[in-house]
This record gives sequence, structure tokens and C-alpha cells, in this order.
Amino acid sequence: MTKILVIAEHFDGEILSATSKTVNCASQISESIDILVLGDDSAVASQATTIDAVSNVLSISNEAFGYPVSSIMAPVVAEISSEYDYILLPSSTFGKDLAPRISAILDVNQVTDIMSVEEPRIFKRPIYAGNAIQTIKIAEGKKVLGTVRTASFKELGNSNSANLIETEMPSVDIPSHTRFIKIESEKTERPDLQVASIVISGGRGVGSAENFELLYQLADKLGASVGASRAAVDAGFVPNDMQVGQTGKIIAPDLYFAIGISGAIQHIAGIKDAGTIVAVNKDADAPIFEIADIGIVADLFEFIPQLTSKLD
Amino acid sequence: MSINPFDEIALEEALRIKENGDAVEVVIVSIGPDDSQQQLRTGLAMGADRAILIKHDGEIEPLTVAKALSEIVEDENPGLIMMGKQAIDDDSSQTGQILAQLCDIPQATFASKVSIQGEKATVVREIDQGLETLEIDLPAIITTDLRLNEPRYVKLPDIMKAKKKVLDVIESGELKTDFSSSIEVINVTPPPPRESGVMVNDVEELVVALKEKGLLS
Repeated sequence: MTKILVIAEHFDGEILSATSKTVNCASQISESIDILVLGDDSAVASQATTIDAVSNVLSISNEAFGYPVSSIMAPVVAEISSEYDYILLPSSTFGKDLAPRISAILDVNQVTDIMSVEEPRIFKRPIYAGNAIQTIKIAEGKKVLGTVRTASFKELGNSNSANLIETEMPSVDIPSHTRFIKIESEKTERPDLQVASIVISGGRGVGSAENFELLYQLADKLGASVGASRAAVDAGFVPNDMQVGQTGKIIAPDLYFAIGISGAIQHIAGIKDAGTIVAVNKDADAPIFEIADIGIVADLFEFIPQLTSKLD
Repeated sequence: MSINPFDEIALEEALRIKENGDAVEVVIVSIGPDDSQQQLRTGLAMGADRAILIKHDGEIEPLTVAKALSEIVEDENPGLIMMGKQAIDDDSSQTGQILAQLCDIPQATFASKVSIQGEKATVVREIDQGLETLEIDLPAIITTDLRLNEPRYVKLPDIMKAKKKVLDVIESGELKTDFSSSIEVINVTPPPPRESGVMVNDVEELVVALKEKGLLS
């Protein structure tokens, strides 16, 4: 049977939902799915055993994996992958950084951003910032290496108890040329952008970091996550990890509010899979209205407090 | 066609590194049809010292591009390689990382801040979890994100000067790299359209519409 290896993404001791979504994509190709978890202990790996559809979780614990560095992980993944026909990673900054190094070691072409599995070797993927969809076929007999566009696949259930297999660190050279210094991460109580069922994003129209407080208040009423357009991040209103769009996060919430966002194609590329898009803009000609399911021409400084108080 | 905006930022950063005294020469390289000379001339007008075009017609996979570039790297022996983080047609975001592995050197992708200290560089990367700082030994590959810098405008006299700069053309057939691919593009189609939406007049109507869809309780 076709054997698939999914490379787990985890951060700060938690398996990320991107891992489960990647397994979902894998489950449309074969029933034989293993996850590889590289970490400094096996605690994270045990979380991965609950993901449905997974047979085995291979855990390699080594202090070299205390923080994910692609040049350190790639030779290890390449070594482990010799037993597998497919290697899949989430198409997050983690997977996009790591997968091509595996491509180089294994000398196989990589498919970026798999959005659907048509046949085991035929995939669809977005190009031109999602303005066109390419269907590609990987030649028979070749290993398949791909990153999975997580917005296209739902998270699987957590009722599994896959085998946890402590795996020995393969004897490969671990380079010392790349050193992790630090990560600056915003701590928030709000749900993760990639997981939240409601996301409220603000754009340049919000005007300042202080004004984003209005969006946070509305978000807290709705249990929503808060995102931003590139313009709002460039203007310094919010940090980069809140950016939604082609070069930020690609998300698929049930409900998306675009507030004071004009709707550049790069932003729209990040929200195309949202269930319902609500656009709020005082410019009736803003392109965001062309893709919105519900539009309202309004001043956001009047609209947000009105909606927030309506939800009391 | 203009230069890929991510690549333009990469070139701008390289020029700043040179202007800061941390590099002696900026060489720009492209791979593509003869027309690509035009983008290389623009790069020379921005301030690059010389250019190399690997002339190749037709589609090329990132792995192939990286292999071809690795042959140039072998010849030129650069201290630093700057590239855009992705193409803006196939959006693959692979070539820099593949090249780094082929050359067995460090990579820092999605860079929003670069500082060079002798044989090392400190790079701030924009990742999904925030801003990550890596220290890498040189030579290395850095791929650029949009917030790294604002590329300079090209002035007319620079365009004239650029015409005199060296632009070497290498035929892809002269390289050792095999240009075949194991990925076949079956078709390219427009994305499924979203159903057209409705406009509402006020918050009241919006709340009603969202409740009808079962999105608000």
C-alpha cells in the first residue's frame, strides 16, 4: 500500500492544527499514514497520536530539535522518508521553509499548496495569488513531496490512539551554521487565526493601533480572532503574524469580517475559502464588495460600536 | 514584464549591503527566455554591477532552476545570495531553499530585516508565529519578504549607464543541469467564482442576514 509520511508542525509544545489538516489531505490518497514529530522530547508526539486516520507516530527526540531549523531537520526527514512514497508538510511558513530542502536532498520535484487531490498523483494548486488553478500530475514511480494548503482541508477528529514509536536519530550530519536567537510572538487569549470560526480583520481604514481596540472588543463578543490586511501591518497598527492574505495567513473561517479593507487581490487570496464574507467600507466602490457575500457601506467607527452593542 | 517585486527587494537589499561596505560586487542572475535581458537591464540600472542570463525557453521547475543556479554559484563563489521569497506566477516558494541545500549553506527565508557582521548575518524572519531571529554563517541564502525595504526608483542616466554594463548570456544547454521535469501541468482554469452577494443598509439588517445563515445566535 502507498505509504505517506506527514511532517508534524508544532510550536511551544503544541501540535498545530495544520498537522491534522495535512493528515486529512493524506487520507484522501492512502490509508497508510504516519506522522514524524521532531522535538526535544516526546510529549508533543503523544498529542499527535490522537489525530484520526494516523497509523503510527514516529517520534525523534533530540536537543537539536528544540526549535525548528530547516537545515537541521531536512537531512533527518530525508533519511526517514526512504520508507515512504509520499512526504507531506503543511504549507505554512514552517513547511515552506523545510520542504524544498528535502526536495534538494531527495532530488524530487515538490508540489506547493496542494488544494485538492483529484487522483493519487493528480493535484490542484493555486497560482497567480489564487487567480488561477493549476492541475498537475506527478510522474509514476517518483516519490511525491508536497505542501498542503491547510485552508482547503478541515481538521480531523481526535479520537484515535495511534502507535507512538520512539525512533532513533538517524546518523546524519547536523549543521551548526544556523542558530536560533529568539522569537517575538504576540500572546493573545483569542483563538488562533487558522482555527477560529469567526475572524474580524481590519485594514488601513482602521487608522491606528489604538483603533484596533474596537475590533478586539467586537471579537471578544463573538469569540472571534482578529486579523489584518497588509496595509494595516505595514502601517504598524498590528504585528505581522496577524496578516491575512497571500503573503500572510490563508484562512477559511465560517464568517469573515473585512473592516476598512479595500480588497487587494493579495488579501482576497487569503480569504477565498471563508464561508461568508462580510465587507464594511465607507467607499461603495471598494473592490472588496465584489467578493463579499454581505456588504455594508458604512463608517467603521459607527458600525463597529453599533454591532458590538447589538450583541449584548 | 517587470521584475518580480520580491526579487526587486532582494536586489535593493544587496545594493544597500554593498553601499554599506559589506560587499564589493553585486551580480544579478536570471533564468528564462531572451526577453529576460530587459529585467536584468533594469536591475543593472538600479545599481547591480553585472548580470548573467541563463537562456532557456519553456517552463522550468524550481528544482531545475536551483540546480542551474548552483552551477553559477560554483563559478562565482558569492558571499551572500539574495532572492525573492517566491515567484509571483507559480507562487512555489522553493528555489532559494533548494539552492541553499544544494550548496550546503544556511538559509533565512521570508526576511524582514538583515544585518551583516563580518562572516555572519542576523536575519529577522516573518513567520506564522511572529518575528523570528536567526544568526547564520556566510555564505548563505536570504529570501526576502515585502517589509524588508522599499526599492529605489531608477533614474534615466542610470538606464543609460546600465546599457554599458556586462550582461553575459549562457545557453541552458551549456550547463550540466537536466532541464526535464517529473511534473506535468494538465491544465490551468479560473478559480470557482463566489456567488454574488447582497448589500444591506444598516447593522440591523446585517444581524438579520447573519442569523438567517445561522452564523449568529
